[in-house]
Amino acid sequence: MSVSSVVKIKIDGVEVTAYEGDTILSAAKRASIYIPTLCYLDGLSSYGGCRLCIVEVKGSPKLFPSCTTPVSNGMEIITNSERLRKFRKLTLGLILSEKPHICSICVANGHCELQDLAKEFGVDHLRVEREWTAHKIDLTHDFLVIDHNRCILCARCIRACDEIEGVHVLDMKMRGKDSQVIVDMDEDWASSRSCTSCRKCARVCPVGAIYVRDKPFSEIKDKEMAKFILSRRGL
Amino acid sequence: MDEKTIEINPVTRIEGHAKVSIRLSDDGTVKEARFQITDFRGFEKICEGRPFYEMPGIMSRICGICPVSHLLAAAKACDEILAVSIPEAAVLLRRLIHMGQIIQSHALSFFYLSAPDFLIGVDSDPSKRNIFGLIEKYPDVAKQGIKLRSFGQKIIEHLAGRRIHSNEWIVPGGVRTPLSKEKSDRIRSEYDDALKIASENILRFKDILEKLRGELENFGDFPTYYMGLITSKGDLEHYDGWIRIVDCDGQIIADHLDPKKYYEYIGESVEPWSYMKFPYYKPLGYPNGIYRVGPLARLNVASKCGTPLADGELKEFRKLGRNGVVQNTFLYHYARLIEILFCIEKVEEILNNPETYSENVWARASVNRYEGVGVVEAPRGTLIHHYKTDKYGIVKWSNLIIATEHNNLAYNMAITQVAKKYIRGEKINEGLLNRVEAIIRALDPCLSCATHTWNSIALDVILYDSKGKILDRLTK
Repeated sequence: MSVSSVVKIKIDGVEVTAYEGDTILSAAKRASIYIPTLCYLDGLSSYGGCRLCIVEVKGSPKLFPSCTTPVSNGMEIITNSERLRKFRKLTLGLILSEKPHICSICVANGHCELQDLAKEFGVDHLRVEREWTAHKIDLTHDFLVIDHNRCILCARCIRACDEIEGVHVLDMKMRGKDSQVIVDMDEDWASSRSCTSCRKCARVCPVGAIYVRDKPFSEIKDKEMAKFILSRRGL
Repeated sequence: MDEKTIEINPVTRIEGHAKVSIRLSDDGTVKEARFQITDFRGFEKICEGRPFYEMPGIMSRICGICPVSHLLAAAKACDEILAVSIPEAAVLLRRLIHMGQIIQSHALSFFYLSAPDFLIGVDSDPSKRNIFGLIEKYPDVAKQGIKLRSFGQKIIEHLAGRRIHSNEWIVPGGVRTPLSKEKSDRIRSEYDDALKIASENILRFKDILEKLRGELENFGDFPTYYMGLITSKGDLEHYDGWIRIVDCDGQIIADHLDPKKYYEYIGESVEPWSYMKFPYYKPLGYPNGIYRVGPLARLNVASKCGTPLADGELKEFRKLGRNGVVQNTFLYHYARLIEILFCIEKVEEILNNPETYSENVWARASVNRYEGVGVVEAPRGTLIHHYKTDKYGIVKWSNLIIATEHNNLAYNMAITQVAKKYIRGEKINEGLLNRVEAIIRALDPCLSCATHTWNSIALDVILYDSKGKILDRLTK
């Protein structure tokens, strides 16, 4: 790497060396500075959907998603402030209120990234009314299940299916609150001809939306999977 | 007609929330008493649209006292949907965890909720008439109660990993993991103590019975039918088997009924004043087909217990009834203690069975049938779960009959009898009203369908005249 591609930035007052093409998140990770994430997963492309990894950049009133914002020379970044904590907590509350999340009966209870973050940010009450509409559960596949009642639309499954397995069975339909992960052309999972039943979608799901039936959730989940596969491929 | 009503709302020291309305005639005598469940939760509706294998987890959340019984009834209904015969070791382990459940729940009911009434005194200061009062006055008894309950809770924990809502371990088709010798030894290490506590308290309770002899007359003593599960030999059973119904003279009126076809012989009636349904024995109609379930009913229907100590005690118990059938509701407590003894003996029997340690504990299958019924004897009586699914296993319809529901008619008869015996006139006496509550505690209702109290007043009794004017009011 040439010297010209090196950029100097400051994260939380600490001088950090980063490289051109780095995102704020990847530079922070390299410097062991914690930024909370939810839709982001090492090894998959960044999506910028959940807004949990927002940071403040000096000189701008806006908040930036650190997983998609590239670093530039002289950038001064704040990853943890009262303002950021307030917005992160609000975001988590909005995600939780969008679907009828009930931890006590969820397969992911105790192994859920959304639950962990809610604990971290002290989301013990919701400030907006919850949406209780019941969504479909697709039980047609032999062992994979998608329960849209628990889906937070982070699109990790879609990216893993496309970028790692390379089949792009899963995708998103509609917009806004009507968005939903679909199989092929919005068909039952059992009728999909392109699905290889590789289970990667279940491994990367941060909540209990996609899972393998009859398996303890702790065994299904593998947050490092995408990173591991890419490193084997030499990418 | 000129009528007055006394309300006990909520009834204290029971699981869940309920109120009692006592209606008085003009002359101040009790006309009728009603046991009303004041909350509604609607689990039968909540589970529609959910996968069948989530039922044990969802349904067990109905109750924090006996989640294992709900887990087992739901899992058995799901076994039916899978259409599998589950491995023998899984049956033994499910039985073992259920023994733990019954021990802990009976210990809770006896020591924590009811013992203050008959040890400290039914007329004693209400602020001391609770588990803390018991700890103060009878610390040894309180310790024994806590220890016995912990014995049951620990069995559940050793098997399923958690004491409450251990819904990951009991799964459709069996259980998730086998029992290790190490955990078995840990259960065994407390076995002797538990047996000693159970035996000692049976003796203590017999003494109490002697002292209360006069008081017990007409204390929920009325004829009903009795229903419970039995083994193929007619012995006491809690997990599997057949339904037997006996009458108040000990005559078997129906035997070896298939519990999966409960709807052929159990009807459910509804009254506008309660959220709880009123089940009855269909051939006799409503309300003549009133029957009781629970520990007393199980001992009344079973030919014998099937374990030496419990069988010895059962003989003593039967002497208190007519033709071997015990009617007095207060003796539910005695039956509860005998069942604790039975369960402790059964725990040892199961732990001594080499098959219990088999690795084969889970029969896996997919949806093979679209309907399943699971029936177990929960601590408080026969518990029925019934689900119908689509071809992928999404629940489309469900029906639950919980133990307390079966006893609904009996509750109303029992409190009416006790109220008639003790309440007269317009002045309310707390001690007398507590007798009405005590009879409810003897039946040990589990109304945890109503777990959210919003009122900080523990007891509020209001006496109205016919025009709604408050004549007297007592709160504590």
